[in-house]
Amino acid sequence: MLYREAGQFKTNYVSDSAIFPLREDRIGLGLIILAAYALAFLGNSFLLQAVMIPFLVFSLASIGLNILTGYTGLLSLGTGAFMGVGAYACYKLMTAFPEVNVIVWIFVSGFFSAAVGALFGLPSLRIKGFYLAVATLAAQFFLQWCFIRIPWLVNYNVSGALDAPLRTLFGIPIMGPNATPQVRYLVVLTIVILLTWLASNLVHGRIGRMWIAIRDMDLAAELMGIRPLQTKLLAFAVSSYYCGVAGALLVFLWYGGAEYDVFNINQSFFILFMVIIGGLGSLIGSFFGAALIFIMPIVLGIVLPAALSPFGIAVGADTIEHLRFIIVGALIIFFLIVEPHGLARLWQIGKQKLLVWPFPY
Amino acid sequence: MSFRKLSLKLVAASLLAGTALPAFAQDSIYVPLFTYRTGPFAGSGTFIADGMHDYLEMLNQRDGGIGGVKLVIEECETGYDTKKGVECYEAVKGKNPVMVNPWSTGITLPLIPRASVDKIPILSMAYGLSASARGDIFPWVFNPPATYWDGMSMIIKYIGEKEGGLDKLKGKKIGFIHLDAAFGKEPIPLLQEMAKEIGFEVALYPVAAQDMQNQSSQWLSARRDRPDYMIMWGWGTMNGAAVKEAVRSGYPMDKFYSVWWPSEDDARSGGAGAKGFKTLNWHAVGANFPAIQDIQKHVVDKGLSKAGKDKVGEVLYNRGVYNSLLIAEAIATAQKLTGKKAVTGEDVRRGMENIKLDPARLKELGLEGFTDQLVLSCANHNGHRPAFMQEWDGTKWVKISNPIEPLTDRVKAQLDAAAKDYAEKNAGWPKRTEACDKAS
Repeated sequence: MLYREAGQFKTNYVSDSAIFPLREDRIGLGLIILAAYALAFLGNSFLLQAVMIPFLVFSLASIGLNILTGYTGLLSLGTGAFMGVGAYACYKLMTAFPEVNVIVWIFVSGFFSAAVGALFGLPSLRIKGFYLAVATLAAQFFLQWCFIRIPWLVNYNVSGALDAPLRTLFGIPIMGPNATPQVRYLVVLTIVILLTWLASNLVHGRIGRMWIAIRDMDLAAELMGIRPLQTKLLAFAVSSYYCGVAGALLVFLWYGGAEYDVFNINQSFFILFMVIIGGLGSLIGSFFGAALIFIMPIVLGIVLPAALSPFGIAVGADTIEHLRFIIVGALIIFFLIVEPHGLARLWQIGKQKLLVWPFPY
Repeated sequence: MSFRKLSLKLVAASLLAGTALPAFAQDSIYVPLFTYRTGPFAGSGTFIADGMHDYLEMLNQRDGGIGGVKLVIEECETGYDTKKGVECYEAVKGKNPVMVNPWSTGITLPLIPRASVDKIPILSMAYGLSASARGDIFPWVFNPPATYWDGMSMIIKYIGEKEGGLDKLKGKKIGFIHLDAAFGKEPIPLLQEMAKEIGFEVALYPVAAQDMQNQSSQWLSARRDRPDYMIMWGWGTMNGAAVKEAVRSGYPMDKFYSVWWPSEDDARSGGAGAKGFKTLNWHAVGANFPAIQDIQKHVVDKGLSKAGKDKVGEVLYNRGVYNSLLIAEAIATAQKLTGKKAVTGEDVRRGMENIKLDPARLKELGLEGFTDQLVLSCANHNGHRPAFMQEWDGTKWVKISNPIEPLTDRVKAQLDAAAKDYAEKNAGWPKRTEACDKAS
């Protein structure tokens, strides 16, 4: 009733090819962004620090992998390592040049990750599917090996770990132990919104169409004049850029310090699951996937003991953990059966139903 | 009942439960325990979790808490995963915890800079950042009773004594099999420095975290290199796998030494061949202590523990008990210092700095002979206490040596360099502002 197409006329090509052609969609998006910013002032530190910041970081990493796997159809298991490259690059840059604002270095560190990603993307021209996954797995192990073995990367720290020094923006600490969750959240949110907007423009434009053409049939795409090498490498570079920035945010704005083990193969799988559950080839799906995989267990961990205690069932922390695994696993299977194309597809169906509600024809 | 009704009821129930949750009473002390009973390290973590929980629960049941104040004990499952550990920290931070015990070096590192900001002391018992032994630089972090450097120097000293003097190690070859992470690599500089001075050779066998259960290549190299001694720095499944591989490759087990982390189960995985395997330890094994008997009586027999009856007194269970002993002692000391009943994190930090576990106090606590004495101070957050060597006799650990003093001068050099380095790398590392108590 409130959400409908009727009466909105497109009078030029620009409005016809808009990403959000419906006025309601644009208002909705504005409201969501507004709510996200408002949350910084309404949410408590647990919500911001332990739920929202990681959710945004993982969403960003999912967008990165989605560009590669969802849009270009190249399966990668090196996400964790590419995130690591971003984090280590950011650490080196900001300790070597402390006078430059760290926000600059967060964005620049993505380029290092992009370069490494493009390098490991080279085999993608010759191999496809599972074989490519194995090639990126090599990147994962090789880079992780570098993180352990090259002490230069951590400035010869005895602990062998990355740690977030104090860094400020406009005189307010945004990094290091003194930065409040509120400030960190605002920084992460702004970066994620900015990069999501950029990604949205990329995937809906010429470059995105090239990626999709390669994904759908690379031979046909080549015949149409799309150069596979450049296109695939660009996908690897852009994807790794996003993962790299996400990695830098993960270590310095969320953990505040981390060992190499954070960027292990499990991290790669974690992001891959988010992309698959959320929906391949969808930006909003990346957010849905991150929410389901990351936030759901936290919510369960809070709700389950509260829901069980009135019945006199006291459950230990380990039982909760097992229940989390069971329920999240079951939910993943449930969603994949109900909608194999991921949560993004469910969202789309819901919107279409809403368009014709309450008079479906 | 339709699905909708059911879900509505569930929501209603959880809402009700939410309101019914007890507010934290003023007269209680909140002690969160970060534990891992799930994941690849659960084999070690479960015993420790049980030991930590049961000792504190015993104080609640037997004495009604500490100084008449009940302890609110809450476990948070980390699965040895940094991600979940940081989440746990955020979850407990708002409830005024008096201390956190991360039980993972990976979780400890991100928490170290936050401790002084959030005013929550960190107890990383014989793990974490070794440099945090320096109380003047890390006022909020404690890692008693010994650092990994202490441990390494004790093992070398012990081996040297067996050979008839440290200088007799000249020309020998010592293998070092370690987890390829900060934890396992930490003692390497000390080992190499000593190798250079004394003149023995060091062979390194790193084990990557993902290959912990598959060490055949490392042990194959060890077979080729024939080191005179093997020293191990491992955790979780790595220890058991190493013992199994050592036995399989025919390495003489009486020449195989480890830092203090292997459990009974790890040694058992080597079968009968594991006899002779030696590890460091700083507390007794077994349940023949009044306090541990009280745990049996007040906690395990009442069904308040998750531990099996036969597991009480195993080495890692007692390690958990030792950890909780420190927590309890820090709280008790803080109560004495401040005169307050319900102490805060800031008070407990002071309590920890003034901890004095001498034989008389241990006897009072029902743990006579359980462990060596431990005295911490403003500057010394570690104690650098001696540990003893224990040997696996096929069924249990047997103490085979007197306490071995660490080579303090060597350790101190490493420690000072590391602490200085940490503070320098983290430009703007805050100077200690917390006052020292007179007693310390």
